[in-house]
Amino acid sequence: MKLKPIYVFLILSASFLWYSFSIYIKPLSTKENTTFNKKMASDGQLVWQYYNCQSCHQLYNLGGYLGPDLTNVISNPDKGEKVIRAMVKSGTKQMPAFTLSDNEMDLLVEYLKSTDASGSADLRKLKINNFGMIEEGERK
Amino acid sequence: MKESKFNIGNLFLATALFMLVSGLCFGVLAALIYLFPDFLKQEMGFVSLRPLHVSSAMFWIILGATGCVYNGMKILINDSKIKVIAIIQWGLWIVAIIGIMGSYFIKDFGGREYWEFNPVWALPIALAWLLFLANFYQLVKKTKNWPVYIWMWMTGILFFLFTFSENYLWMFPYFREHFITDMTIQWKVNGSLVGSWNQILYGTAFFLMDKISNSKSTGTSKLAFFMYFLGLFNLMFNWGHHIYTLPTEKYIRYIGYIVSMTEWAFFIKIIYDWRASVNTIQKHYHYFPYRFLMAADIWVVLNMGQAILMSIPAINIYTHGTHVTVAHAMGTTIGINSMILFAACFEFFNFNTTNNKRLKYYKILFWALQLSLLIFWLSLNIAGIKKGIWQLSSNQSSYSKMMESLRPYFIAFVFAGVGLLLTLGSFAFGLIKSLFTNNHPEEIKTH
Ligand code: HEC
Ligand code: HEM
Repeated sequence: MKLKPIYVFLILSASFLWYSFSIYIKPLSTKENTTFNKKMASDGQLVWQYYNCQSCHQLYNLGGYLGPDLTNVISNPDKGEKVIRAMVKSGTKQMPAFTLSDNEMDLLVEYLKSTDASGSADLRKLKINNFGMIEEGERK
Repeated sequence: MKESKFNIGNLFLATALFMLVSGLCFGVLAALIYLFPDFLKQEMGFVSLRPLHVSSAMFWIILGATGCVYNGMKILINDSKIKVIAIIQWGLWIVAIIGIMGSYFIKDFGGREYWEFNPVWALPIALAWLLFLANFYQLVKKTKNWPVYIWMWMTGILFFLFTFSENYLWMFPYFREHFITDMTIQWKVNGSLVGSWNQILYGTAFFLMDKISNSKSTGTSKLAFFMYFLGLFNLMFNWGHHIYTLPTEKYIRYIGYIVSMTEWAFFIKIIYDWRASVNTIQKHYHYFPYRFLMAADIWVVLNMGQAILMSIPAINIYTHGTHVTVAHAMGTTIGINSMILFAACFEFFNFNTTNNKRLKYYKILFWALQLSLLIFWLSLNIAGIKKGIWQLSSNQSSYSKMMESLRPYFIAFVFAGVGLLLTLGSFAFGLIKSLFTNNHPEEIKTH
């Protein structure tokens, strides 16, 4: 019997759709967290995107590469909320100054709280298992 | 018989070449900021230049892929009824491009990485793509026993549409409220979008191979179909390798890891095929198409070798979030996608290579291009590995100190980038110019 390409195509596509929807429906690894306001954080993401912070900064090491990763900047003892607010207003040698409204600034800070609450992007905290895979459970 | 070169496929390819030149210019300007932080800082800055560069580059590839499909279908089935829809499709792209570039200039962002424009501009793109799908369906529905490249084009068109829509799920608060899900989807999208245009472009490479070698065997063999399905399988399931360090579900990372490892099969096949393909081709009659396809093969080996290694999580933590990723992104989009597109342009534009002086000039340009790309790729990789070691070291120096220490590699990067601008740009201009000049295609055929 000849295996027709259309059948292989349909079987693969069906599994792909199943995989995709299983991801949409089940919120992944998102522990209920009360350290930040969910609604504000989700609007904060829009602020992050609107000012295109991602062109220079990464979250979980993904993004543009001119500036540092900001996933955990809020809980960094040397940085934190104050530094964020100041940095965004005044800029630095490489980073331009942004003029955000107070509300936008609050939303942005809430967003960075939510990224911080989701885990650590510090690669030094990861452990590799025998299969060559990064292990969970080693995070904070 | 002299046929106008201005068919719809070539209109898309010419537009794509303009986007390439735009991408190259913005790329060099963006890279200069690595060396001179104050350069254009307030006027434009990296915040505008990066999206201007990356979107132009993406449009070069996507519009180029569209042009390849139209040209290929025109040769496979003689049909000219499609023109109106295709021209509307092209017009929608022009509207989108003007809107997007304009919004970057005035810093009206709002989208995600690689698609940073205000989401309204996604509408003309989506609409253009729907028309493309409708048009393609019209063309292929009469054809039976599709060769593998028609399968690949169809797959690329369908999956681009699906993933492009998926790319906008973040507009629903439900997704934004689950940060990890949202990021998982973002990288699912990025992985599959690249997979989609790769389907179209690898399909084009198969098509060109058949055409150049005057045979129908490459496009219908069992092995070709096996490779196609393996590619499709990877498009669907390998994207987990982008997010090993994201605290998402374990199974997503394992699926990404295991599926990525099946890519060794492509790698081995290309090496195995190398000898055979060289002998069967009428190299002389298709001088540049053949050269560019060979170059793409070499860059596939280099980039895919690196990519598969990077897909091993234990190695990935050294390269993740560094310029190794940038080297990989540009190494593949320039080395593989752009080389295939150049092969296609030379073929579909019937570029005349009978003039010896001209041939020599483009030969030199070709090698200068490969050399620039090699330096470009190596300098980004070295900078990336150094940053990777910094990321994992226990007593890190400050971020700006680390970036400062990478300066020599960034200088090499900028110089090689200028080399790419000059070489790729000259090819683009030469090709566009050839569309406007008569150079008797039959002369080449009967040479
Ligand atoms: C043109 C690139 C660029 C853009 C755009 C940009 N930044 Fe930055 N940012 C940097 C660089 C580079 C640094 C590192 C500090 C330095 O040495 O200048 C930095 C540092 C920071 C820091 C301090 C982090 C640390 O670890 O030192 C914060 C917080 C920050 N940026 C937030 C933002 C936010 C929020 C946005 C968007 C509104 C943004 N940045 C947009 C380039 C950029
Ligand atoms: C055909 C040519 C090119 C294509 C297709 C291309 C494509 C890309 C892509 C896809 C990215 C995103 C990378 C990522 O997110 O990891 C990128 C980033 C970039 N490219 Fe290019 N590129 C091209 C040529 C150039 C040239 C000639 C230069 C000049 C030196 C350049 C400079 C840059 C810079 C500076 C970035 C941003 C890196 C960062 O985030 O810090 N590119 N390019």
